[in-house]
Amino acid sequence: MGLKLTDVTITAPGADAPMLALSAHVAPGAVLSIMGPSGVGKSTLLAWLTGTLPGGFRATGSAVLLGRDITDLAPEARRLGILFQDHLLFPHLSVGANLAFGLAPKVSERRDVVDQALADIGLAGYAQRDPATLSGGQRARVALMRMLLSEPEALLLDEPFSRLDATLRDQMRELVFSRARAKQLPVIMVTHDAQDAEAAGGEVLHLRAAQAVR
Amino acid sequence: MPFLTVLALLVPVAAGLWGTLMPAFGHLPAAGHVGVSLVAWEALFDWPGLGRAVWLSVSVGVVSTLVALSLVMLIVAGWHGTRSFQVLERLLSPLLSVPHAAAAFGIAFLIAPSGWLSRLLSPWATGWARPPDLLIVQDPWGATLMAGMIAKEMPFLLLMTLAALSQVRHVDYARVTRALGYGRVKGWLIAVFPAVYAQIRLPVYVVLAYGMSVVDVAVILGPNTPPTLSVQIVRWMSDPDLMLRMQAAAGALLQLALVGAALAAWRGAEWAVARWGRAWATAGGRMRRDWPLRAVGQLAAVTCSAAVLAGLGGLAVWSVAGRWRFPEAWPQTLKLSSWMRHGPEALEVAGVTLFIAAVAVLIALILVIGCLEAEHREGRPMNPAALWVLYLPLIVPQVAFLPGLQGLLLWLGWDRGLWPVIAAHLVFVLPYVFLAFADPFRAWDTRQATVAASLGASANGVLWRVRMPMLLAPLLTAAAVGIAVSVGQYLPTLLIGGGRVSTLATEAVALAAGGDRRAIGVWGLAQTGAALLPFALALALPAMIYARRRGMRGD
Repeated sequence: MGLKLTDVTITAPGADAPMLALSAHVAPGAVLSIMGPSGVGKSTLLAWLTGTLPGGFRATGSAVLLGRDITDLAPEARRLGILFQDHLLFPHLSVGANLAFGLAPKVSERRDVVDQALADIGLAGYAQRDPATLSGGQRARVALMRMLLSEPEALLLDEPFSRLDATLRDQMRELVFSRARAKQLPVIMVTHDAQDAEAAGGEVLHLRAAQAVR
Repeated sequence: MPFLTVLALLVPVAAGLWGTLMPAFGHLPAAGHVGVSLVAWEALFDWPGLGRAVWLSVSVGVVSTLVALSLVMLIVAGWHGTRSFQVLERLLSPLLSVPHAAAAFGIAFLIAPSGWLSRLLSPWATGWARPPDLLIVQDPWGATLMAGMIAKEMPFLLLMTLAALSQVRHVDYARVTRALGYGRVKGWLIAVFPAVYAQIRLPVYVVLAYGMSVVDVAVILGPNTPPTLSVQIVRWMSDPDLMLRMQAAAGALLQLALVGAALAAWRGAEWAVARWGRAWATAGGRMRRDWPLRAVGQLAAVTCSAAVLAGLGGLAVWSVAGRWRFPEAWPQTLKLSSWMRHGPEALEVAGVTLFIAAVAVLIALILVIGCLEAEHREGRPMNPAALWVLYLPLIVPQVAFLPGLQGLLLWLGWDRGLWPVIAAHLVFVLPYVFLAFADPFRAWDTRQATVAASLGASANGVLWRVRMPMLLAPLLTAAAVGIAVSVGQYLPTLLIGGGRVSTLATEAVALAAGGDRRAIGVWGLAQTGAALLPFALALALPAMIYARRRGMRGD
C-alpha cells in the first residue's frame, strides 16, 4: 500500500518538456528523500501532491494513497500532512488553538486531547501561549503535533529541519521519523541536506538540473 | 464576483456617458427637444465664459499635476532611505485621508486676506488694520486652486510612489549610482524613476483627470466669473431651466474631450521626456551638489503638511471662536455656541454620511475579496486589462458621466432614496478599496493555505479562519480608505441624490458661498472627523484584538 506515484510529469508554464518526471513507491513507515539543487522542482512536486500547483503548470500521472486515487481531490480531502521549514503556526491563534485547528470536528473533549498532545511533546501547560513567544525548537514540535493530530495518511516534509541549529536538528529528525514509523505513515522528504536523507535511512532520489533543462 | 465587479464599475460609467450623449446632441424630451440637433452645442459656444473656463480647467489640471509629481519625485529622490524621509512620510501620509473640501476650506482660512497668515503678519509687518482688498482665494488665475490641489495630491502620489518602490530593486540601483559618483537626486532619477513611473502612470493620470475636472475644491478655492468648466456644468445642472441641462451635457462632453486630449498630450510628453532623459542619463554629469533640489523637496513637504494641518487648526479655532477682530491672531473669547447651533444637525448628517459610506464599503469589500479569492483559487493572475477597468471611473471625469446617470435614473424612476447614491459612491469606493487591499492579500504566504488545507480546512475555511483573520489590519485599513473616499464624495451625492440627500460633503461645500466661517469650521471638522475616525479604529482594533499575539503586530 503506502503512497504510489505513477508516471508523474510536471511542466512549467510555457515550457515544452517536463521539468520533472518520476515514478515512486513509498511503503508505510518508509521515507523517500528527494534531493537536488534549488529550482529543480522539488517543491513543485510537493505542491502537485498537495493540490496547490500554481496556475499554468501542467501535470500528468497519478498519486494513490492507501489505495485511494488522490490525484484530483481537493487539497483538504487528500489527508496529506505537510511540514515546512518555517513551521507556519497560525500567528493569530494560541498554541492550543493551533493544535485544535487540525482536530477532526468529531473529536470530543478537544481541550483534553490538546493538553495531552502538548504534554506529549514536553510543552504541558502551553495551550494559552502566543506561538510567537515559543523558541524555534518548540515551534517545530507544535507544528509536528498539529499535523499528527489531523491524522494524516502520509507526511510531506519540505526542508523541515534547515532552520534549526545542529542539536535541535538531530532531536527533531529523531522525533519526526520515529512518529512516522510508529504510525506507519509513508513520508516524502524534500531536502538539500545529505544528513537529512542519511538520518531518514530510506531510498534517496536525486533530481538533477539537467532534467529541468531537457 | 469579478464579473459583478466589472459590472458595478462599468455600467454606471457607460450608462452615464450615454445619458450625457443624448441631451448633448439635442434629445431631451423633458425640455421639449427630440431628435438630433446641435442646439446644446450652439448654446454652449454662445456662452461668453467658455474660453476662460476651458483654459482654467486645463491649466489647473496640468500645472497642479506637474508640480505635485515633480515635488514628490524630488522628495523621494533626495531623501529616500534617510531618517528625515521617515519624518517627511509621517508628515504627509495622514493628509491623504483629509477630505478635499475640508482641506480646501482650511487653506482658504489660512491665506485669505483676513486669514491666519495675514493676521500673524498684521499690523506690524504689513501695516494692515483691516483685511486688505485682495482677491487671494478664488483668484481669477486659479493659483489658489492649483496650490490646494497640489497640497492634496502630493500625499496621494507619495503613497503610490512608495507602493511602487516596493516592486523595484531601488536600494541596489541607488547604491550603484552613488558608487558611480552620482548625486542622490540624479542617480535616483536616472536609475529608479523610469521603473517607478511605469508603476504610477495610472495614478498620475487619475490626478491629471481629477485636477482638470474637480468640483468641490474649485467651488471653494477656484475663481467665480467664470469658474472652471466643471463647476459651470454643475451650476447649469442645478438650474431649474431644463434647456440649460442640454448645455451642461454638451459641456460635460467637452470636459471629457479635454481630459482625453490632455492625457494624450501627457503621454506624448512622457515619450519626449524619456528621450531627453536617456540623453541626460548618458551625458555623464554627476550632479553631486544637489542640495538645493533636496532642500526644495523638503521645503515642499513641510509647507504642504503645515498648510493643511494649520488649515484644519483654523477650522477648529473658527468653530469655537467668539468675537474675533482683525488683525488679532486669536479670538477674544472662545465659546461653544457654533457647535450648539450646528452640532445636532451635523451629527444627524454625519449619520447619513457614514451609513452611505458603510454600505458602499461593505459591498466593495465583498466584491474585492471575491475577486482576489477567485484569482487565488484559479491560480492565475488578474487580466492586465482589469487594472484599466478599475481605474476607468477615476479617469473619466465625474462631471462627464454623473449628469447623464442622473438623467437616466430620473427617467427610470430610480432616483429616490439612498440606494442610487450608494451605488454611485460604490463606483469610486471600489477601486480604492481594491488598490488598498490587493497588495497585502497577494503578499500573504500561501503556504499557510497549504498547511491549513492539509489540516482538513476547506477553501472557505482557509479564507475565513486563517487568511482574513491574519489580514485583519490591512482589511480594516482598506475599509477606512473606502470610508474616507465616500465621505469626501461631493458630486455623486449632489447629482445622484438630486438635492434630496445631504452628506457632510454637500453641506460643507454649500456653505462656501455664504462665508459663515464658524459654520464652515463646524461642518469642515465634522467631515474631517468622519474620514479620520475610521483610520483611528483601523489602527486601534487589530492592536487590541491581537494584543497578546506578537506575530500579528507589524513587522
